[in-house]
Amino acid sequence: MNRLNVRFDKLREIGRKALIPYVTAGDPNPQITVPMMHAMVGAGANIIELGVPFSDPMADGPVIQRASERALKYNISLRDVLDMVTTFRKMDDITPVVLMGYLNPIEVMGYERFAEEAKEAGVDGVLIVDIPPEEATELLATLEKVEVYPIFLLAPTSTPERIKLICSAANGFVYYVAIKGVTGASHLDLSEVKAKVSEIREVTDLPIGVGFGIKDAETAEQISKVADAVVVGSALVSRIEALADEPQKAKNSVVELLLSMRKAMG
Amino acid sequence: MATKVDPIMGSLPDEQGHFGPYGGLFVPETLMGPLAELREAYEKYMVDETFIAELEADLANYVGRPSALYHAERWSRELGGAQIYLKREDLNHTGAHKVNNTIGQALLAKRMGKTRIIAETGAGQHGVATATVAARLGLECVVFMGEVDIARQEANVYRMRLLGAEVRAVSSGSKTLKDALNEAMRDWVTHIDNTFYIIGTVAGPHPYPAMVRDFQAIIGHEAREQIQQQSGKMPDALVACVGGGSNAIGLFYPFLDDKGVAIYGVEAAGDGLESGRHAAPLCAGRPGVLHGNRTYLMEDDNGQIIETHSISAGLDYPGVGPEHAWLKDAGRANYVAVDDQEALAAFHALTKIEGIIPALESSHALAYAAKLAPTMEKEQVILVNLSGRGDKDIHTVAAIEGIEL
Ligand SMILES: Cc1ncc(COP(=O)(O)O)c(C=O)c1O
Repeated sequence: MNRLNVRFDKLREIGRKALIPYVTAGDPNPQITVPMMHAMVGAGANIIELGVPFSDPMADGPVIQRASERALKYNISLRDVLDMVTTFRKMDDITPVVLMGYLNPIEVMGYERFAEEAKEAGVDGVLIVDIPPEEATELLATLEKVEVYPIFLLAPTSTPERIKLICSAANGFVYYVAIKGVTGASHLDLSEVKAKVSEIREVTDLPIGVGFGIKDAETAEQISKVADAVVVGSALVSRIEALADEPQKAKNSVVELLLSMRKAMG
Repeated sequence: MATKVDPIMGSLPDEQGHFGPYGGLFVPETLMGPLAELREAYEKYMVDETFIAELEADLANYVGRPSALYHAERWSRELGGAQIYLKREDLNHTGAHKVNNTIGQALLAKRMGKTRIIAETGAGQHGVATATVAARLGLECVVFMGEVDIARQEANVYRMRLLGAEVRAVSSGSKTLKDALNEAMRDWVTHIDNTFYIIGTVAGPHPYPAMVRDFQAIIGHEAREQIQQQSGKMPDALVACVGGGSNAIGLFYPFLDDKGVAIYGVEAAGDGLESGRHAAPLCAGRPGVLHGNRTYLMEDDNGQIIETHSISAGLDYPGVGPEHAWLKDAGRANYVAVDDQEALAAFHALTKIEGIIPALESSHALAYAAKLAPTMEKEQVILVNLSGRGDKDIHTVAAIEGIEL
């Protein structure tokens, strides 16, 4: 069974919401990523979203763009990211790991090979920002064979028909993008998020995560009241950036923010 | 643009914007709705008589169409082979073919009730053409431009500002055209309600490659009639430079089903294809996904997009329109590359021999025509798209020759 199912079932049982931190693999250096993943789990993270660096991150704001640039200074490739997951799995075989990134590195590796190697490494889900279900038929079939779940984004601009289409293509959970904008933007409209999440709930039984615009314990707590999972990215990556020259301290700073979010979310 | 060629080659893309395995719609979910809306508007207005009439009037009275077709007799004689005819897109208002597209998209924006226009630009030609139509229609205009390009295209930056546009510097990635496109996409995602994104070439997600082609196809439609009137026959070969590929597809499209017409798209070989420092994805790249479509790209073994190099800022792009990728694989068009030196030589030749200063982009097409002509008979005809004028490039050329203006 996919670790995502196990994790969400368990959380539901004990009445808690998932905290999902995002960091870019290799930021600020390749050595810190695996220790950072373990530390985030220690701080209350339930699922880890690991960013695959890309040269042209079209859906990301400046904070995550710069994280990609820092990682690419070390030439971090998709293959390297998979190796990091393999290493992580030596000490943690239960926390789900979702890769988040763009399609081109996967196209170059080849769908078949990617799916097999991702499975082998212990990846549970893949969120590819720039592939809608309409273009994903072949990729979906390939991922299904190895039971690596496709995670899709839903947006404020998604029509009811698209919500249906996306929920039927997705597995593990769906991810609602709380704002019209790129990662790292602010101005979360809570009542709008609430309305959209209920709309999505009518269509699917999959857990619903919400992200983009969650920056502190307070917003995390608010979102945890309406969604099954809270995704936090830019707020963590900003902390990494501020301490990019001191990766250990960056890790501690990430832990600190996650602990405060966990505490607020219960 | 009124009549579309229907048969096989010209019948693409399919409903989802595919040209064979290329093209498509590879964007974040937030853009799927707005792109569907754009597709609907484009399909509706491209057959709307009032819209077509307004577009044609603007092309005639504001742009100055039809553009001339000119027989470069002296240059042809000197090259000693086929007769070279130039489609004079350099004579359009704002000095290049880019305006054919910006006029069309801006009219569409107005019909869709959008009040804010954004665009990406490399050399600044598309930025200027966009700022121009935005000024005329009274629309707010923001142009995204890489810091590197801003530094090397000062005059165009000033022109855009004079026209009332805001030029926003892009400092991410390689700070050139591809990054400006990323930034424009990000802006669009953030301001979808009031903003129309005018893409400057046949790249991007569906419907852009088809829509921009349809607005540029006027080049080929006019040229097809003009060449038959002037030379009494169909051309033997078409030649156009390929950056994103809009001027090229504009010329090629109406000829796709004329099997006797050979087609050559000319990419920028920069320092030479072997050097790796070029901008020739069709000649030396491989398929991948970038900026919303699947096409040939310049990328490394890990799928990261690599930096391009060309003397001409307008050809300095790591991707290419998906229809060109398809025409290459289908064998209907040939894609070749011309390096910086060859382009410069053609720039000087046309200037000295015909009294026409061509854009450095167009000089790539001219350089290839100059290679091709001597291999052909005197009775044969090469039709070259002279996509823009070279005034914008005189600083670049002077600097290379060590002259300070
Ligand atoms: C004069 C001219 N020709 C050609 C190009 C290349 O674009 P495309 O390949 O879309 O025609 C440009 C782009 O700036 C240009 O200014």
